[in-house]
Amino acid sequence: MSFIYWGGKNMQDNLKAVANNIRKDIIKMTAEAGSGHPGGSLSCVEILVSLYFSVMNHKPEDPEWEGRDRFVLSKGHAAPALYAVLARSGYFPLEELATLRKLNSRLQGHPHRKSLPGIEASTGSLGQGFSIAVGMALGLKSDSRPNKVYVLLGDGEIQEGQVWEAANTASHYKLDNLIAILDHNGLQIDGHVKDVMNIYPIEKKWEAFGWDVITVDDGHDFEKLLAAFEKAKQQKGRPTIIIANTVKGKGVSFMENRAEWHGKAPTKEQAEIALRELETW
Amino acid sequence: MVNQKLNPDMKLAENVFNNPEMIPTRNGFGEALLELGEENKNVVVLTGDLTESVRAHKFGEKYPNRLFRMGIAEQNMMSVAAGLSAVGKIPFVATFSIFATGRAWEQLRTSVCYNEFNVKIAASHGGITVGEDGASHHATEDIGIARVIPNIKVIIPVDSIEAKKATIEAARIYGPMLLRLSRDKFPVITTNETPFEIGKANVIRFGDDVTVFASGVMVYESLLAAKTLEKEGIDVRVVNVHTVKPIDEKAIITAAKETGVVVTAEEHQHIGGLGSAVAEVLIENYPVPMKRVGIRDVFGESGKPRELMEKYRITSKDIAKAVKEVLKKKFAYN
Ligand SMILES: Cc1ncc(C[n+]2csc(CCOP(=O)(O)OP(=O)(O)O)c2C)c(N)n1
Ligand SMILES: [Mg+2]
Repeated sequence: MSFIYWGGKNMQDNLKAVANNIRKDIIKMTAEAGSGHPGGSLSCVEILVSLYFSVMNHKPEDPEWEGRDRFVLSKGHAAPALYAVLARSGYFPLEELATLRKLNSRLQGHPHRKSLPGIEASTGSLGQGFSIAVGMALGLKSDSRPNKVYVLLGDGEIQEGQVWEAANTASHYKLDNLIAILDHNGLQIDGHVKDVMNIYPIEKKWEAFGWDVITVDDGHDFEKLLAAFEKAKQQKGRPTIIIANTVKGKGVSFMENRAEWHGKAPTKEQAEIALRELETW
Repeated sequence: MVNQKLNPDMKLAENVFNNPEMIPTRNGFGEALLELGEENKNVVVLTGDLTESVRAHKFGEKYPNRLFRMGIAEQNMMSVAAGLSAVGKIPFVATFSIFATGRAWEQLRTSVCYNEFNVKIAASHGGITVGEDGASHHATEDIGIARVIPNIKVIIPVDSIEAKKATIEAARIYGPMLLRLSRDKFPVITTNETPFEIGKANVIRFGDDVTVFASGVMVYESLLAAKTLEKEGIDVRVVNVHTVKPIDEKAIITAAKETGVVVTAEEHQHIGGLGSAVAEVLIENYPVPMKRVGIRDVFGESGKPRELMEKYRITSKDIAKAVKEVLKKKFAYN
């Protein structure tokens, strides 16, 4: 629900402002933690902001609300992005972001359902979150409940066999309440996805598995993302995947499109440079 | 003085108690691969998008045609390795332990071990000292679930030097073998001269009151505990059980007979791992009072490796405590 921001151009400006703050949060959090995954967190900021600040029905003040849509971060290593979005939605105090990855923190290195409100499933082992989301959609649909299920996958993650088992299950059960988003940033840890273990042609593969495919050529453009989600919500009879073309490390020049920033925290100095860049972004 | 208790035949590092070098055991694996590449052209390595993390990148640079990047697909990777072995290769499957032993467990069991293919598993990032990534990435059940499979050998190198020896040995003998390696830096307590034979536990410190059987980083913690306890007049024998399977039954029974009570110490759940393996041997051969130091049936969390060892009670302090508790039972029986 658009509980803070309302329609039109103004909304998109607001979303952009939120996204920018979240990018800064990601940099501060990982720098403070001294470890973590900035690259794949920065690539999915607009996707998560779209979901939590416009697309999804949810109540931060009542995280267990029956009517809520579900979101599963199947690429669990992007936890910093999710935590920042949850904090800025009101699930928990912003100050808590500084505890990422520290002993006794609710902000585990990978999202943990039992430690933090707003986390629907513990993830981090790639591929599993997608199947969990399929299970949620199957259960909701079999009870004819209106809730939607959203799930974010990495493009390296879809190398997992489990992903295709789940994809098959979702189309077999005609899970039109399931909307997957692929963070198509072209990179994994070892390098370019196409060099490490080619996944292409992705559109055709998902179509062959019975999914409706919507490609968003710029996954950092709110107008395009929101239009894609609007379309996906109307889907009948099959699941939808939104393939969002993104840039790993988006917003920080020295991190953009560099695999080495997958799982490395910026130093304090690097963080300062990054934050200055984001100030004028 | 203290060093008099160390077994001279073990040729331990001279600075064991004086700022030993700290190196992740995965590094020893990476170094060994470079030598093996030279020694045997059938040695190949498979990685699951963690090539540098598991220290296989230098092998890849030197032998690009013998490093197969399998992407994020561990189950497939494990069975592909089985196939490579079927045609004469000596494949090392290198990924995080949680994915090697967990995600691909049944492929390890049926494709690799049931067929008894010559596949080696470099299970890096073992234990809870993985640290900040949190419980999803900690491998705290890996030893338990690997050692129950027939035909496999399971080894936990104590330091990077032993990891190197174990890797080289792995390539030379036939059959499935798993090496559990560390992400975190572990103290280097052995030297190139320290004996290493798969299946043979090493008594590294003499002692007559109690034996501590330990694996991995817990061997060092046990040495520290022994040193503290010595000041209190307690004489602790420390055994490095680097091979959890096949376990050195003879060494375990002998130590139990000679010291009367035993403690086990491992960076693993206290269920299913070294502690269980030792208990299995003793209960059928020579039951004695025993205490297990390990993670107490809970998931870990994010934190620094040392902080986690303290919070989950697997440090020298916890070993010392277990020793004192088990000694009470010894005297109760006498
Ligand atoms: C099952 C499993 N295997 C390996 C890993 C280690 N790992 C974490 S992130 C990652 C790369 C993910 O790449 P991608 O899905 O493209 O994510 P993004 O580029 O969006 O960060 C890998 C291999 C894991 N978390 N889970
Ligand atoms: Mg990617």
